[in-house]
Amino acid sequence: MSISARRGFTARDGTEKEEAMQSRMSNWRQVGALAVLGVLVAAACTTGTDQGAAADKEVSVIATWGGAEQESFLAMVKPWEDRTGNTVKYTGTRGLGTVLTTGVASGILPDLAGLPGPGEMREFARGGSLKALDEVLDIAAYKADTAPAFVELGTVDGKVHGVFIKSALKGLIWYNTGVFTAEAPTTWEAVMGTDPGTADSLWCIGLESGADSGWPGTDWVEDFVLRVSGPDVYDNWVAGTQKWSTPEIKAAFEEYGKVMAVTFGGPSTINSTKFDDGGNPLFTDPPGCLFHHQASFITEFFQKQGGATAEQYDFFPMPDINPAYAGAFTGSGDLFGLFSDKPAAQDLLKYLVTPEAQQIWVDRGGAISGNLKVTTYPDEVLQRSAQTLAEAKIFRFDGGDLMPNQMKAAFFTAMVDYAATPGDLDSILAELDTVQESAYAQ
Amino acid sequence: MNDLLTAAIVVIGVPAVLVGYIVGAELILTRLVPERRQGRVRPWLWIAPALAFLTVFLIYPTINTLILSFQDRASRSFVGLANYEYFFTSSGTLEALRNSLFWVVFMTLGVVGLGLLIAILVDRVRYESIAKSVIFVPLAISFVAAGVIWSFMYLYRTPGTPQVGTLNAALDVINLGPVNWTQEPQPFNNLSLIFIGIWMWTGFAMVILSAGLKGISAELLEASRVDGANEWQVFRNIILPLLMPTIFVVGTTIVITALKSFDIVFTVTNGNHGTDVIARRMWAEMFTNGHFGRASAVAIVLLLTIIPFMALNIKRFREQEAVR
Repeated sequence: MSISARRGFTARDGTEKEEAMQSRMSNWRQVGALAVLGVLVAAACTTGTDQGAAADKEVSVIATWGGAEQESFLAMVKPWEDRTGNTVKYTGTRGLGTVLTTGVASGILPDLAGLPGPGEMREFARGGSLKALDEVLDIAAYKADTAPAFVELGTVDGKVHGVFIKSALKGLIWYNTGVFTAEAPTTWEAVMGTDPGTADSLWCIGLESGADSGWPGTDWVEDFVLRVSGPDVYDNWVAGTQKWSTPEIKAAFEEYGKVMAVTFGGPSTINSTKFDDGGNPLFTDPPGCLFHHQASFITEFFQKQGGATAEQYDFFPMPDINPAYAGAFTGSGDLFGLFSDKPAAQDLLKYLVTPEAQQIWVDRGGAISGNLKVTTYPDEVLQRSAQTLAEAKIFRFDGGDLMPNQMKAAFFTAMVDYAATPGDLDSILAELDTVQESAYAQ
Repeated sequence: MNDLLTAAIVVIGVPAVLVGYIVGAELILTRLVPERRQGRVRPWLWIAPALAFLTVFLIYPTINTLILSFQDRASRSFVGLANYEYFFTSSGTLEALRNSLFWVVFMTLGVVGLGLLIAILVDRVRYESIAKSVIFVPLAISFVAAGVIWSFMYLYRTPGTPQVGTLNAALDVINLGPVNWTQEPQPFNNLSLIFIGIWMWTGFAMVILSAGLKGISAELLEASRVDGANEWQVFRNIILPLLMPTIFVVGTTIVITALKSFDIVFTVTNGNHGTDVIARRMWAEMFTNGHFGRASAVAIVLLLTIIPFMALNIKRFREQEAVR
């Protein structure tokens, strides 16, 4: 694989060569050779114009959604397609980061794309390939309809570059309503002190997620940092100005270590269970665990992979730990950005942020809207998640997603290593400090 | 419609360009070059397109990668040897280097050893072609598919719950295990991954070695047996020395394959649990970390490691040619 592909074999190099060749050849007046060149040029021209005409009515979109999520997105854009006569060409890929990194370098980009996280959004926006949306959107209406935290997250250097199609609330503790029948604990000590009863262990954790293995663990650590040490520490840590080996961050890891110590199956199970199967032992008989800590999207997997029905599970929000930071929540969302100046693409983006469009996805389940005007949800669990999100006093975006790519990847790997060898915490944090030094220096 | 047009242009255009090139080049040659020198110019004209492709797709990228490897993350300024220093001091890359060494040693030994053993064994049975086909099949599977298949073979579930992975389910029957093959204990879990590579490439080694084996004259073997050599002596003193050039070629091919191994590690563990290798490291530096300098440095180190084996292979090849 060639690294220099990103430098590309630029069009200009090509033309220069061709011109040089041409001049030499015309000197020689060789009809045969010119004819060959003619074929080449003709071929290039035909393909060029033909694609241009059709491309105006087609908007290419790349995001990570596949399966049910892909269907929901396509359902969401259907009314727009019907209204405008344009078509959306959607590609779902798990390698979104790779596609966009190479795309930004080579200039071959989709019109619209999901952005892996605010960190990448910043990199792409400052590089100039991601377009500012202040002129594209009715910015006043957008700001009025969107939670301030989300507006701020999509802003780079004072201009909105990313919008949220949907969001998820993190830090929810899920349980099987047939197994855990007590009142929801109101303090963290009470949660950790709960008797597992018939369940094998208190918690279930699944960290396996292919190239992103470890991320569910980062959610735990982020929740502890925010709830124990507050938003300032959280922001500094995310921004790379607070070291990983500082007491606040180390304490969060240790708190998570205590959770892992009472987790079903121990390190081997934690690391080899896929995140979407992570909560399945809640529903086995006898149950493997009592609680599962995961974002609001997990309900879809409870039903599809855990064999649970909607009545079988419920959640309570993770209780406050430090009273000074009561009502703190982390969440995530699917950022969306514009990479082209094509009018149809701009129009699609405008449509996607409207409450009408977002309601379509919300009604299909599994998502909380990014738009505050969307208030009706298909089931009680989502309704309560949306309400918890709206009422959160302190809201922070998923920390790992805010960090530069390299830091995020190291954070994920660190969670896998920490699960396998909890005794190595100090060396794991030291390694993260080393990465921090280079990852933020762009 | 658009696609059809493009396809038509490619189907008609590419041969047209090729024919045009040959005709055009010949026209230029016959009209402009004196007849006695045409014989020396013609090969260059014919080889020129290949050279152009080689320059564009191999030489230029290699040189560019070398330059990038001395530059910073975004290729804006030169940083000297910093990227190489990182490569040889960071614990992550050193671990990857160690694992790549594991791959080279164990995969080569495994593939060549098993390939040779099977080639010799199947040489003596009537169902040789069937046995060889079966062993050759895994090579036709893509690395990623093999990784996925073996992920399921190695799958681990919490003890006490039903084991869905083939190996652990088998162990469960005899009340053993389960073993977390791909994750513990480090660094032996690397062998689980290397085994996938061996499983895939043994067929390759077997086919080549088997062909080499067939090339050894039966009279020679017969004569040695008549002279009283036992089967081991025949193998050790006749077959092995005569097969050595073939073993060498297979061996170097596998060494290079092992050094380049990426797909299996990427699919099965993504480099976690102490199984990272240099090729995956290069990918991670490039696409996860977005550090073009470091990624290029890894690529150059990989290239420099492979070159001696390539050179050795070519040298050996030339020697053989000379003998013939």
